[in-house]
Amino acid sequence: MAKAQDGCVKPAGGPIQTKVPPAAPEAERNGEGTAMTAQVGKPAPDFEASAFTDGGFRNIKLSDYKGRWVTLCFYPGDFTFV
Amino acid sequence: MSADSRFTHKIWQEEELAKMVKGGVPFPMLTDAGGRIGKVYGVYDEDAGVDIRGRFLIDPDGVIQAMEVMTPPVGRNFAELVRQIQAFQLVRKSKGAEATPAGWVPGKPTLKPGPELVGKVWKVWKPVTV
Repeated sequence: MAKAQDGCVKPAGGPIQTKVPPAAPEAERNGEGTAMTAQVGKPAPDFEASAFTDGGFRNIKLSDYKGRWVTLCFYPGDFTFV
Repeated sequence: MSADSRFTHKIWQEEELAKMVKGGVPFPMLTDAGGRIGKVYGVYDEDAGVDIRGRFLIDPDGVIQAMEVMTPPVGRNFAELVRQIQAFQLVRKSKGAEATPAGWVPGKPTLKPGPELVGKVWKVWKPVTV
């Protein structure tokens, strides 16, 4: 992977959207378009996120890890307790 | 991944995590600004503005094989995550010929699903009380 750079990196956009399926209800299409799409047994929704890694800042995409097993952990906040 | 910025991740790593684990955590720390990614994964708490404790296991083809989502007060059990990774890797390697029964840990027998096993699982697997 590319070496992490220091300094400011433009924050990444978040979910990488595929087109909304035609069967989607009107409410979803008029809204933000970020309805939950992750399902066990289905492809994981791709995204791009800014990250702190290898001592520097870099943007990372889930698709960068194709070919490897990935554990994706969400948690509420740094400096919290559990 | 949390809603914290990459700057906060850096300081948390340096100030606390590196004191728990030598060298800090060896994984990328991602930012889910605005919970946009958490929303798509169904783990974003709108009222609190944070992602709750979700964990997704994704195989080399990019398919989600397992997920565990908890409210924040309870922490994860990594022994179970490791066990699941070992089980899913075994299943993948066998190209679906083998499955891991309830209570499986490495070294225990697997099941070989097929017509011969119908009604015969009791011969090869016994429940265990916890």
